[in-house]
Amino acid sequence: MKKIIFTFSFFTLIGLSILQAQEDLAKKGLDIATKAVEADKGFGSVSVSLKMVLKNKNGQTSERTLENKIFELDDDGDKSLIVFTSPNDIKGTATLTFTHKVGSDDQWLFLPAIQRTKRISSSNKSGPFVGSEFAYEDLSSAEIEKYTYKFLDQKGNLIFLEQIPVDPKSGYMRQVVTYNAEQSYRVEKIDFYDRKNSLLKTLTYIGYVLYKDKFWRANKLKMVNHQTNKETMLEFSKYDFDVAFAENDFTENALKRASN
Amino acid sequence: MRLTLLFFLFLVLRFGHSQDLKKVSPVKAHFELELDGEYRYFYNQGQFFGQKTHYPSIAITPSYSLNWDKGYQNFTTTVFFIADQDAKRNYWDIREFYYQKAKNNWEFNIGLKKVFWGVAESNHLVDIINQSDALKSFDGEQKLGQPMVQFSWYASKMGTFDFFYLPYHRIRRFAGTRGRFRFATPIEDESITYESKQNEWHPDFSVRWKNYFGPVDMGLSYFKGNGREPYFEFDPLGNINAFYPYIDQIGLDLQITANALLLKFESIYRDAIDQRFIAAVAGFEYTFSNIDGNGLDIGIIGEYLYDERDAFALSGLQNDLFYGSRLAFNDINDTAILLGGIVDLDTQTNLLTLEASRRVADNLKMTLEARLFDRISSQELFLLFFKQDSFLAVSFSKYF
Repeated sequence: MKKIIFTFSFFTLIGLSILQAQEDLAKKGLDIATKAVEADKGFGSVSVSLKMVLKNKNGQTSERTLENKIFELDDDGDKSLIVFTSPNDIKGTATLTFTHKVGSDDQWLFLPAIQRTKRISSSNKSGPFVGSEFAYEDLSSAEIEKYTYKFLDQKGNLIFLEQIPVDPKSGYMRQVVTYNAEQSYRVEKIDFYDRKNSLLKTLTYIGYVLYKDKFWRANKLKMVNHQTNKETMLEFSKYDFDVAFAENDFTENALKRASN
Repeated sequence: MRLTLLFFLFLVLRFGHSQDLKKVSPVKAHFELELDGEYRYFYNQGQFFGQKTHYPSIAITPSYSLNWDKGYQNFTTTVFFIADQDAKRNYWDIREFYYQKAKNNWEFNIGLKKVFWGVAESNHLVDIINQSDALKSFDGEQKLGQPMVQFSWYASKMGTFDFFYLPYHRIRRFAGTRGRFRFATPIEDESITYESKQNEWHPDFSVRWKNYFGPVDMGLSYFKGNGREPYFEFDPLGNINAFYPYIDQIGLDLQITANALLLKFESIYRDAIDQRFIAAVAGFEYTFSNIDGNGLDIGIIGEYLYDERDAFALSGLQNDLFYGSRLAFNDINDTAILLGGIVDLDTQTNLLTLEASRRVADNLKMTLEARLFDRISSQELFLLFFKQDSFLAVSFSKYF
């Protein structure tokens, strides 16, 4: 009997310490992710031009260009305005998104041909953004609340975290994110695992530039889909952190104006 | 001649400006040209003498815009030219020609402009600012440019208020002798008169409030002036007498966005001497997104349409059900398909619709459209004229 009790307590202790260790790893992961988000806080307003190059498995490419304006809010997710500038048949198509730390985002779509604004559902997280290898959720603003975290490893200045999406509609079971501890915890690479836990995509951040002595922005984001061999390159140019937007720049009228 | 002149004007504007403007760097000038070739095929012989079965047409849409003051000031102009088999369908229209200035929480617009209101797919009830280009589009989504002065005022808690002064009324033009979708006697432009003594020069006013509260988007509008829809009277001989009534109209549009489910409602109350009625459309759209893991979205749409005018509803949508499905492939070519139908619950009249589009090459888009009158009841007042007008259309749009 004593033996049983002993064995039982022994395994309970082991169990508890494993739990404790897991909690520690989770806490360590959360700390790092929080540092990364904190380091990027305070940019206020930014505008940037993007070129998206889509490449299929035979190497054929097609391009689209867009302009993005982002307005940072402290107490909620960012406001973002995206306008397509090419190809010409979708030129002027624009979206206005109010991201939220918790819950689904508010999103409006403007169709220039008939000058119509539509409120659209933002619940499609896993679908591709305009035929690219980027899913909508890959492009939404970084918020701590969107994941649970686990510290995996550290090699030199590179820290590896496992991030599990909170939203059940996410297309991913987990992501392995590489942070750079020496450069304000900027993200260097993300491996995305699908719902069957097989490696789906890898996102690589290329050509980081430091703006305003504080904000790291990559010139290029390269997304490779390992299952289809398709890839999408996002090239950023004309970063402007001095634009000083106001709330008025993110209204339905502003959305229509942006289309001009 | 007129066409050549305008085209020349655009060339001058384009090259003249872009050279000058480089020195005054913050001004951006854009010139674009859209060229559309369309082939409409009506597989039934026309009901009326003169109507054809093959309708090739060509349209040109040049547009020119200037943006300055970081985009807070804009000048936009878009002109639409079309040449078709039916003489009435040879026309041009200034779709847009306006100056816009925004500052802080207000925006000012003057000129010819397009404005769209509403949330429903099958009928656009509250949308009243512009006249429909009934010659170009069957569903009323193409519009004539409306002269206006528009002032918008925004406050974050209260939403947006839009005030419109509309000094001139644009007439709705209908197909001529050789065209489809016409009445037994084609309606001449001059034959539709006005109730207002000031005719088309009656100054119309409108105001709209729009806001959103979490998942709810809401708009309330009021319009006073010349109606955009002509009012038809039939004399005992079956002749049509039509005029634009002087109306007061209140509109409400509402959408609730609950994740993948959109709930939509639009309603109007229109008051004129000869006609006082309410009309409404209520429905939903539910989207199953990325169902194949490749980006395919399938949406299901259902809308119920009501119009107190009953048989006198020009749209024929008085107690009807719209059912449809929207397929978006989210592929590189932006392939999209909208399939649907409208069935009249009183008369069993059934209209089937297909709209599909895909980018087939760089700057080249292909569009397919089909409108099939499956069954038209003899009780239909307006649609009966169109019973032979089922068509298939293919068009290619090239963008420069």
